[in-house]
Amino acid sequence: MKLELESSLARMRTQLASYCQEKSISDAIVVGIHTGGVWVAEQIMSAVPTKEPLATLDITFYRDDFTRAGLNPKVNQTSLPAIEDRHVILVDDVLMSGRTIRAAMNEIFDFGRPASISLAILYDLGQHELPIAADIVGENLTLNPEQRVKLIGPQPLAVSVIETD
Amino acid sequence: MMRSEPRALQLNDDGQLKHFLTLDGLDKTILTEILDRADSFLTMGEQSVKKVPLLRGRTVVNLFFENSTRTRTTFELAAKRLSADVINLNIETSATSKGESLLDTLQNLEAMQSDMFVVRHSDSGAAHFIAEHCTPNVAIINAGDGRHAHPTQAMLDMLTIRRHKGQFTGLKVAIVGDILHSRVARSQLQALTTLGVEEVRLVGPKTLVPSFFAEMGAQICHDLEAGIQDVDVVIMLRLQKERMKGALLPSESEFYRLYGLTEESLSWAKPDAIVMHPGPINRGVEISSEVADGERSVILNQVTNGIAVRMAVMSMAMSGQLQQVDTAQAGEGEA
Repeated sequence: MKLELESSLARMRTQLASYCQEKSISDAIVVGIHTGGVWVAEQIMSAVPTKEPLATLDITFYRDDFTRAGLNPKVNQTSLPAIEDRHVILVDDVLMSGRTIRAAMNEIFDFGRPASISLAILYDLGQHELPIAADIVGENLTLNPEQRVKLIGPQPLAVSVIETD
Repeated sequence: MMRSEPRALQLNDDGQLKHFLTLDGLDKTILTEILDRADSFLTMGEQSVKKVPLLRGRTVVNLFFENSTRTRTTFELAAKRLSADVINLNIETSATSKGESLLDTLQNLEAMQSDMFVVRHSDSGAAHFIAEHCTPNVAIINAGDGRHAHPTQAMLDMLTIRRHKGQFTGLKVAIVGDILHSRVARSQLQALTTLGVEEVRLVGPKTLVPSFFAEMGAQICHDLEAGIQDVDVVIMLRLQKERMKGALLPSESEFYRLYGLTEESLSWAKPDAIVMHPGPINRGVEISSEVADGERSVILNQVTNGIAVRMAVMSMAMSGQLQQVDTAQAGEGEA
């Protein structure tokens, strides 16, 4: 399966711009989830009317599979400005079960109470296990159970569908 | 009964930490992982809610057979910042003072479905003993045992050094004072050697710095000026006043004159050398107030770093312990 990364990113930018206009969102905080989400956020940031630099989030300490999968050995920097009453646009590369987004929202609320959180996703795999859906989607994908999307970046950003064991 | 080799007892089948008893046998990779993890926890101070949910629903028992307000408090705070429930067991009023054995106490705590014991004991090897005898799903953290080890203190010192100096390679470090009785010095020496510092000097009178420490890879110095000449880090140790009555030292004032860290003696170290002390400080006995409160002192940074290091160790040990149990249960299922 060949993925058209550029057209998916362009679709996200278009959706984001009109979404922010419709919702009267200005000066939002764009938050990329490490690692792929940060790369995607860098690509679509220009579509958001904001002066805030890109914020980043690592959800390692908020994962719900800590007792099964253990701790991720590499924890990236979470860097969020004051988010109280601010609009947050959360960005990730893939939405599968929704557990990463749940963990990200838990972490965001530990920094304060945002006015709203919107979700922008490059690829929605449609395998949600939680009642979480994206507001902006680059592309909806249907993959076989053994297939995964792999994003490589940040420069150049590339994507492929890989087969797992 | 044969004692388990420390590395085998501390690590699970995947080489992950499941107890933290000593730095003996732990390699650079795992020490660096502890420091990296602690760095991540340090940034948590920026959050409105200074907590993460890693140990939510877990019970941590601070099992202190020996008093230490600072260590107990930082372990308690670390566990609470990981969202664990914490019990502080006051040994003075506990069953052990009524004659109950350590093993009986341990079994009772296990029956209360505790997940982690943080053990402080005046006997060397106490934490190791408990780790050997506790049920498989309980992680043991050594918070100081006799003269043997104080691994979390050593790791918080390593974190402090790394944050101020960037790396360990090429550093010269002096540890000054009562080395003989210091579990902190033993663990620091192991950590510094493993992490690859250029030189570790143990500085103090012959009665407190015996020559056998040279076998552990340290240089022995009985002269303060030679000992801290051109070092990057000076670690002062507490001189325990109770030992002053013995024959090891003539007097506090004599020790201060020969080995106390003052503005004058600190000038022998590198101009950017940092000063550390595990606390509590005896001002005017091993260090002057000017130095302890001075620009080069990082003593309070050590306290802050201590919480992050303890969070790192507790989360890693719990993770390693739970995965070990999962693996064992999976094995049983297959049989």
